[in-house]
Amino acid sequence: MSSFYRSGNDDTRVRKLFDVLHIDPVLLCLLLAVCALGLTVLYSASGHSMAMVINQAERLLIGLVVMTAAAQAPPEIYRSAAPWFYGFALLLCALTLVLGDHAKGAQRWLDLGVLRFQPSELMKLAMPIMVAAFLHLFTLPPRWHAVVLTLMLIGLPTVVVMVQPDLGTSLLIIASGGFALYLGGLRWQYIFGALAAIGAAAPILWARLHDYQRQRILTLLDPESDPLGAGYHIAQSKIAIGSGGVFGKGWLEGTQAKLDFLPESHTDFIFAVFAEELGLIGICVLLALYLGIVGRGLYIAARAQDSFQRLLAGSLAMTFFVYVFINMGMVIGLLPVVGVPLPLMSYGGTSMVSLLAGFGLLMSIHTHRKLLAS
Amino acid sequence: MYMTRIGVAVLVCLSMTSLLVYRLIGLQVVDREYYATRAEENRMRLSAVPPVRGLVTDRNGVLLAQNTPAFVLEVVPEQVENMDALLRALRPVLNLDDVEIARFKDRVSKTPRYRPVPLRGNLTMEQVARFQLNRFDFEGADVTATLTRSYPLGSAAAHVVGYVGGITEEEFKKIEAAAYQGLTQIGKVGVEKSHENELRGTPGAKIVEANAYGRPLRELEYRQGAPGKNLVLSLDAKVQMAAEKALDGLDGAVVAIDPRNGEVIALVSKPGFDPQPFVAGIDRTTYKALLDDRKRPLYNRALQGAYPPGSTLKPFMALAGLEYETLQGGHGEYCSGSMSLPHSTRKYRCWKRSGHGWLDMAGGVIQSCDIYFYEVAQALGIDRIHTFLSLFGLGHPTDVDLPLEKSGLLPSREWKMRTRKEAWFPGETLNIGIGQGYMTTTPMQLAQITARMAMRGKGFKPHIVHAMQDTLTGATTQVLAEPLPAIPHRHAQDWETVINAMVEVTASQRGTAYRVFKDAPYRVAAKTGTAQVAGMSQDELRARKLTETPFHLRDHALFIAFAPAEDPKIAVAVIAEHAGHGGSAAAPVARQVMDQYLLGQILYNLPVDPGAGAPVTAASPAAPVELIGSPGSASVDEE
Repeated sequence: MSSFYRSGNDDTRVRKLFDVLHIDPVLLCLLLAVCALGLTVLYSASGHSMAMVINQAERLLIGLVVMTAAAQAPPEIYRSAAPWFYGFALLLCALTLVLGDHAKGAQRWLDLGVLRFQPSELMKLAMPIMVAAFLHLFTLPPRWHAVVLTLMLIGLPTVVVMVQPDLGTSLLIIASGGFALYLGGLRWQYIFGALAAIGAAAPILWARLHDYQRQRILTLLDPESDPLGAGYHIAQSKIAIGSGGVFGKGWLEGTQAKLDFLPESHTDFIFAVFAEELGLIGICVLLALYLGIVGRGLYIAARAQDSFQRLLAGSLAMTFFVYVFINMGMVIGLLPVVGVPLPLMSYGGTSMVSLLAGFGLLMSIHTHRKLLAS
Repeated sequence: MYMTRIGVAVLVCLSMTSLLVYRLIGLQVVDREYYATRAEENRMRLSAVPPVRGLVTDRNGVLLAQNTPAFVLEVVPEQVENMDALLRALRPVLNLDDVEIARFKDRVSKTPRYRPVPLRGNLTMEQVARFQLNRFDFEGADVTATLTRSYPLGSAAAHVVGYVGGITEEEFKKIEAAAYQGLTQIGKVGVEKSHENELRGTPGAKIVEANAYGRPLRELEYRQGAPGKNLVLSLDAKVQMAAEKALDGLDGAVVAIDPRNGEVIALVSKPGFDPQPFVAGIDRTTYKALLDDRKRPLYNRALQGAYPPGSTLKPFMALAGLEYETLQGGHGEYCSGSMSLPHSTRKYRCWKRSGHGWLDMAGGVIQSCDIYFYEVAQALGIDRIHTFLSLFGLGHPTDVDLPLEKSGLLPSREWKMRTRKEAWFPGETLNIGIGQGYMTTTPMQLAQITARMAMRGKGFKPHIVHAMQDTLTGATTQVLAEPLPAIPHRHAQDWETVINAMVEVTASQRGTAYRVFKDAPYRVAAKTGTAQVAGMSQDELRARKLTETPFHLRDHALFIAFAPAEDPKIAVAVIAEHAGHGGSAAAPVARQVMDQYLLGQILYNLPVDPGAGAPVTAASPAAPVELIGSPGSASVDEE
């Protein structure tokens, strides 16, 4: 019996520690679980490169530190700093166009001497903060002029990122802003109206396009029509996933990745390696973890106390899901190849750090709630 | 309101996740097999392990076709630090020229960098040595050994052994691709062609795991192939060389058969050709020169050459006369030097213008009287001649196991009507009687009918492969002699009658081959022949001396013989194109072949050169040749 009490004591002590650190243990566990899976698959996907795993683990540590740091500041700080943050991110994005480093034909990177990173990742965070903070100024649901201004706030950085060109990130930036607007109560009429307008404009736009432009779009939509370029990636990726079957070929046993048939196997296409080696069962576990993170995010959003926090938390959670969905959809040939990494798993520093910073915001929102009289 | 939005968001997330799962089930469960196969196809590379071609030896183990190592200098571009520097360093070692270097660079650009690219093949031993001496200066280059086919006897056996060469597009369409995995060459002529399937072997296969760039990483499976079978030919290299040498300076053919089992002992066609350039890929000029050569060295006279048999047919005509009992008894026939058919003014002449006088059958054979055999042929008639000679297989290929054999022509009424739309004329029968006219035979056929005469009607299908040896187990399979239906004959003693006459050809002073065989320590049954070349009338030809006749219209010299007459071990047919009389031009060739085969040394026409020392075969005892597969080995000196 005594041991039961002792463990109970330990439990409360741990809980207190989390409270002090402003950490949400549920979210932390889910994140660490996904990251652990990520590092495991990375070892296989990188061709048994311990160096890359250690590199990625270092970024994870940095990310956790950043997350913890971000969680310490109360949400109000972010709200008041939103315009500065947004402006700073926008400036860096614009700078990238001028000074940016070329990587794979796109100017996404900014080299700050010590740190090389993608400012568009910063924008992924700044955008929902900005939109949430902006809509917080109005009574919700927003009136049309507020909506128009919000759309301008979303549109400007989107265009800057899109011309880099980074289609995937600009989509995520639109999504993060758009979700905040959606949660802010944007009228369904507007939402459906906008969708209908896009639907109506598409054929007209299509008719005005040049043949080569159409071809490019068709290839984007149906990569397998281009078996040597993007189609090759998708074809090999589908082979990897399909051949994994229900139980997978086993960790380190995936031939597609190991033998270099799978391009970008440790970055954008790491999910294919995962699917090949761990099969449908592994995928279900991974999806459950991802959904758990999204669910916890939406739970935090539901419990948040003002409209800024609600909109920000909800937007962050939903954007994270879109992130996962776009990557997986791309890798399994459901969506065009747009170059979005699998969050927390793909090899790469900026995305890892900015994602964890986002979860730091969520934790800040969750742990700085003021106790209401019940 | 806000909670509804969150709820909708949760629903959307869940439905989108379902979409992902639905798609994943499609890939990983429904179509798993398809993708698994594609993944295997991706990583597995089948690389063929070409089999080593079987060796060809003569009956005593003398190599006729072998695989000799050739050294190739290869460069692995991936391992080369500075290609230009390497090529500069190798240039003096191999005497490389700019064209070679340019071609090499072209090959390098078309090959994956980890794969060796040949820089120069067929290195000389000296070049190999010079390379090895400084090999540390040539990082990334190495000498590797490959096998190339070579023919130790060269042109002497080229028409029998043949050669291999690159598989042409046409051949490629006919062959079964699986049987040639990894192989680039195929037998073109001779035994190399006829026994291609036995010599080739079965390619093995290595299944390796390779990465996306095709680099093999590890071996997954090794499928053992089988090397080709070694062929032991019935050919006797010494006899072959003797025949080749005996024909020196002549165009023609020699075929020698063991009548007791149909094994081909020697098969020569002159002029020969060097088979070696064909192996490496003959260059256009050399090939064109061979094709344009008026003497047609690539043409296998022994099998493809159709010659009028001339007087060598006479013993067979005599046998036919005996069979059908149409020969004149008593004094026989009278040869006055010429004759004519009733109701015709055309004169049919004997080669001996003064005539032979009264001759019986033996006399007709011994002195090769034309008039006698005109009469024989006339008495038989073309139909019976055709029927009887068909029994010997004339007019059909002997089906020896060599490619490109021709069938010759045994004319008949039916044949003439079919091809010439003309009735048979009685005069044409007379010409057949002396082996002229439409009649043609190949040297192979002549040797075969001689063998059947030697065996008194029995016989075997001629064949050149004596045995096949499984290279892995070492087990040897004898190729069994294939007996042919015996030629039925009403009177068994007829064979002896004709053979005795043939023996007299060499033994009697009046015999046309007496001079060549008078000192032979074995009894020879033979017949000489001198075949007219079409295009010149008999009278015209007879009127001239040999030396005055244009070369291409001179008579072919023919000779058939078997020995020992009472226990035949070898049957020989010789044809020497445009060489004149069979007795003087072709018989010595047969004599040397038989000397070599039966005695182990050539007694006839030994080179008169006292300084030359020992004769060719001094190393081997002059004992009779042990005959493979023959019951006992009767000494030829027994008689």
